[in-house]
Amino acid sequence: MIHNRPWLSFLTHSILILGILILVFPIYVTFVASTRSVDSILASPMPLWPGMELVKNYLAALAGPSKSVGVSVGQMMLNSLIMALGIALGKITISLMAAYAFVYFNFRFRNLFFWMIFVTLMLPVEVRILPTYEVVAKLGMLNTHVGLILPLIASATATFLFRQFFMTIPNELCEAARVDGAGPYRFFIDILVPMSRTSIAALFVILFIYGWNQYLWPLLITTDEGYYTMLIGIKRMLDVGEGQIEWNLVMASTILAIIPPVFVVVYMQNLFVKGLTETEK
Amino acid sequence: MIQQRVVFNNKVLPYLLIAPQVIITLVFFFWPASQALYQSVLQEDPFGLASTFVGLDNFIDIFTDEIYLNSLLTTGFFSISVTFSSMIVSLLLAVMANRVLWGGAIYKTLLIWPYAVATMIAGVLWFFLFNSTAGIIAYFLRVMEYDWNHALNTGQAMFLVIFASAWRQISYNFIFFLAGLHSIPPSLIEASAIDGASPFKRFWTIVFPLLSPTSFFLIVVNVVYSFFETFGVVHAITGGGPDYATNILVFKVYHDGVLGLDIGSSAAQSVILMSIVIFLTVIQFRYIERKVHY
Amino acid sequence: MSTASLEGIKKSFGDVQVLHGIDCKIQEGEFIVILGPSGCGKSTLLRLIAGLEKITVGTIKIDDREVNNLEPAERDIAMVFQTYALYPHMSIFNNMAYGLKIRKMSKEEIKKRVYNAAEILELTPLLKRKPKELSGGQRQRVAMGRCIVREPKLFLFDEPLSNLDAKLRVQMRLEIRKLHQRLNITSVYVTHDQVEAMTLADRLIVMDKGFTAQIGSPLDVYERPANTFVAGFIGSPAMNFMDAKLENNGRSIRISEKEYLELPGKGLPEHIDNKVRAGIRPEHFVICDAKEAQIKLKTDVVEKLGADTLVHGFTLENNIAMTVSLDGIQHFDADTILSFRIQPDKIHIFESESGKRLN
Repeated sequence: MIHNRPWLSFLTHSILILGILILVFPIYVTFVASTRSVDSILASPMPLWPGMELVKNYLAALAGPSKSVGVSVGQMMLNSLIMALGIALGKITISLMAAYAFVYFNFRFRNLFFWMIFVTLMLPVEVRILPTYEVVAKLGMLNTHVGLILPLIASATATFLFRQFFMTIPNELCEAARVDGAGPYRFFIDILVPMSRTSIAALFVILFIYGWNQYLWPLLITTDEGYYTMLIGIKRMLDVGEGQIEWNLVMASTILAIIPPVFVVVYMQNLFVKGLTETEK
Repeated sequence: MIQQRVVFNNKVLPYLLIAPQVIITLVFFFWPASQALYQSVLQEDPFGLASTFVGLDNFIDIFTDEIYLNSLLTTGFFSISVTFSSMIVSLLLAVMANRVLWGGAIYKTLLIWPYAVATMIAGVLWFFLFNSTAGIIAYFLRVMEYDWNHALNTGQAMFLVIFASAWRQISYNFIFFLAGLHSIPPSLIEASAIDGASPFKRFWTIVFPLLSPTSFFLIVVNVVYSFFETFGVVHAITGGGPDYATNILVFKVYHDGVLGLDIGSSAAQSVILMSIVIFLTVIQFRYIERKVHY
Repeated sequence: MSTASLEGIKKSFGDVQVLHGIDCKIQEGEFIVILGPSGCGKSTLLRLIAGLEKITVGTIKIDDREVNNLEPAERDIAMVFQTYALYPHMSIFNNMAYGLKIRKMSKEEIKKRVYNAAEILELTPLLKRKPKELSGGQRQRVAMGRCIVREPKLFLFDEPLSNLDAKLRVQMRLEIRKLHQRLNITSVYVTHDQVEAMTLADRLIVMDKGFTAQIGSPLDVYERPANTFVAGFIGSPAMNFMDAKLENNGRSIRISEKEYLELPGKGLPEHIDNKVRAGIRPEHFVICDAKEAQIKLKTDVVEKLGADTLVHGFTLENNIAMTVSLDGIQHFDADTILSFRIQPDKIHIFESESGKRLN
């Protein structure tokens, strides 16, 4: 490309830095607030540099139940983690199995099952949220981790990703395994799953973030505070009615809620981008 | 579905392999979806004891209900605003990031990570900044003698939910635009540069047209996003108010069904939402070569 | 060492029949090459022997045991695939050991066999690497090593050299031949490359459209092709054909009004009424004086290959395209008239209709 215009380069960097500032600014302010006392936050304006209460705020959030929510942030982190891992691992497992069946076996009603699973691509869970709620209620899964996880696994994206990937694996590889004496079970465990590990990892990143960031579904089915996820807990801390919001704790919790998925994205950036562009497109 | 290679002859195993996914799909997809269709033509009495078949009455009620029609308009305005404002910013950033030779990877990382922030958290962040008692931005607006109170002012409430929703989506669009830009062969750009086109002209005549598949894909994805995933933003910032100003469809379904317990109407609203999504998905399948080939 | 036999093998995919009855007995330690153009069914035949496809009609026996309904792994065969089909996530050692592990062989025995095979194939320093770190020729050797460690009754090769460049192909061809001489495992090798076929085979199966066109030793197939298909397929450049008439009580054939060729011995008196085609290989033309000429050619294009020279031209009388191969470098201009004689015993006579060999 042609790079002989200094002013254009200057403009380029300026715009990028401005964009980053817009993205970073709210998080930075939140972080600052999480290191200050409520009084200092409400000082109008709150100073824009970190305060002294970082350790105190985070310990208070992690350890004790706050005034508005009867459960510690630690417990909520655990719930979010269970939900995110459950969705990621559960979906990857059932998708790998189903994709394997679709690509490597012939069986009656294969096309019927294929279409059945395919249709789920069309409707995100938000659309059928209330009837799903009733189903989960009938199954007695309200306020359970299983109830948080299972309905969000009913989607075909991962199945299609794996099916697509399996179809690119040369047939001869499977035949070589057969000549070597590997049956369907060993071929799956010894060859197919290890070969899919990049796709599995990419998908894990995407699904972990998806699961961690779920809001509407846990909002509906968790009435027992013991099953609150981070996001629900934060919302409850904000709903104090006439009382004063404990901003310092809310902000500390918000930072804690952001850290795991952000860590995953930054640490596994390449896998994440690959996972995203491949599952969606 | 194309006929694929079939290697293993096993009568039972394939059924065992698909069983988990099929069962979960049946229980948590087809059952609720059919339930929604079924309930959308029923009217339940307030105690939930009896229900009667009312045909399309629920739908007629919905489409003659001012609040619903208002919600439809609000959703339309909201999703168009979110989609375009977010996409324009992302495109600008992606084109710039694609230009830099030095520091590109750092810029990229810094622009990508907000994808990990939940929509609801995005709502909380901006709710805090614009909060009338604690918010920094609200404070500076007051200093500039601009009266900010999104709890009362409908326009400001709408602006805030659009802003927070679009902010959260910038990273996502950026990733796809950047991927789209990377797939444009450099020789095309060089050829037009040799032809003497200025950088801006190059963008409009070469880059932008070649990005159109990406753009189209992103329009659909962003519209779907702003229809559904933005629930968290609205729920955290405005709760649909003030005066129904940010009462988008998905929020109304939740509100009527969970808080209002009007099952029939909520189910009918779900059915309408489903139709909208299916319509969008079909458009997407039509115009974009998807990963599913038949 | 084992024998194998194919008895009346037929195979259909749906309504399409691709093999129409193949019979062949394979001797102990024999190296059989199945040769034919693409789509002739040669790969299908190999896959039937391997057990990767099911036979429609017929019987395959390995050491007199019918294997029709056995899984590939139960047939005691090993196969080298065209794309090598190495497991990309496993080290070279594990690639070779995988089949043995599945058979629950002891660790020491596996190690012994893998190291032994690696020694033979000069792969020992590469055992810890992954397939993608290896060159094409090395991967090829690993694929063979995977087969050797199994000590199979039957060694199957599916166009194993077609993904290599020309130079490597020659080298690997030689290595396969050496390997066979050393281990003497009964082998079936599929290829479309006739040089590979001629150099490797103890016996050739030439296939055409799902039939066996000829089974025989490479020289047999070259010197006495059973029909026009084999005659045209084997040999490069291809054999020249021309319509001809038997006369003089079958002792000679007339190829144009002025030209005739003598046949050796008594000729073919019993076929005197048949319409025939005569075939002459390009290398069997002998240049001579105009007076002695049996066939005269007008040259068109002359290709000098160094070791020999190819002359493309047309017969003066009937204007039939001919290719002649002459030793060394020869200089001819276009449109030169050249005179040739043909040794009587180098003339192939086929029946016009069926293409069957007559002499």
